[in-house]
Amino acid sequence: MLCIFCPHCGEYREEEEFSARGQAHIKRPEDPEACSDEEWGNYMFFRKNPKGLHHELWVHSAGCGKFFNMTRDTVSYEIKETYKIGEQPSVVAAEK
Amino acid sequence: MSEAAETQSEIFAQMDQVPAAGSDVIAESPLSNFHWKTTGAEAGVTLSEQGLAGHLVLRSAGNSSFEAAVEKVLGMSLPGPLQSVSDDSGRVIRWTSPDEWLLTVSNSDAFSVEQQLRAEASGHYSIVNVSGGQTILMLSGDSAEMVLMKTCHYDTHESSFPVGKVVRTTFAKSGALIRRVGESEWELIIRRSFSDYLALWLQDAAGEYGLQII
Repeated sequence: MLCIFCPHCGEYREEEEFSARGQAHIKRPEDPEACSDEEWGNYMFFRKNPKGLHHELWVHSAGCGKFFNMTRDTVSYEIKETYKIGEQPSVVAAEK
Repeated sequence: MSEAAETQSEIFAQMDQVPAAGSDVIAESPLSNFHWKTTGAEAGVTLSEQGLAGHLVLRSAGNSSFEAAVEKVLGMSLPGPLQSVSDDSGRVIRWTSPDEWLLTVSNSDAFSVEQQLRAEASGHYSIVNVSGGQTILMLSGDSAEMVLMKTCHYDTHESSFPVGKVVRTTFAKSGALIRRVGESEWELIIRRSFSDYLALWLQDAAGEYGLQII
């Protein structure tokens, strides 16, 4: 079981209370009408699957019901940090 | 009443959900037909349903007018994360989310409290009467905490769950809003649709300590 810090409740809770909702920081194109099929397809369907640090969207579904972001290591499952929607992560993968 | 409040009360349909006096509609709490199996004379756990209370979900994200209205009408301010406030008449406001609170009042007061809040507040907020959707169970006794510990993975020790704290969490494959009312007194707010299942679960879990229903 993971122990996850909910930034809204301000304390650690069991993983059972949370649901993972995939990759975080996906920005909807400003003007969808002006997108090429490739740009729209990438926005709609293509997701990262990194080995290492990953920014994910989670929801405290059985608790406060709020969404937040999490930076997690997909190899070790270590949670580096959780932060509210709209905030930027302080732990990021090194640029390759 | 401010102009904004007037407009809002016209937009939203408000209804007193309590049957009028003299009506032949019979109000029944979710567990009114549940046949409890009580055990032994030495009851370690006492359970009672506080059915048919008025439950109002209050939502507001930093609307100071709404916060002031709550303070004026109820004489209590909206509590912070995982906290609750109550007054002598038994009204309780519980924090459930950063922009959401659950207020319980007596069934007969629910409509008038809702109307008073709407008359005082302006701007963006929401008040929803969910009285019919949930019920309150009070669990007390020396072994009440042991019953919670059978399913609740939240630490119920006094250092992490002091009196007055409110935690919404998973409970026996369902969910509950749990508040510690006293050292050995707990309040569970559960969904109406889960009440039969949870009553059976609690009856089974509390059986070994002796269960008394009041």
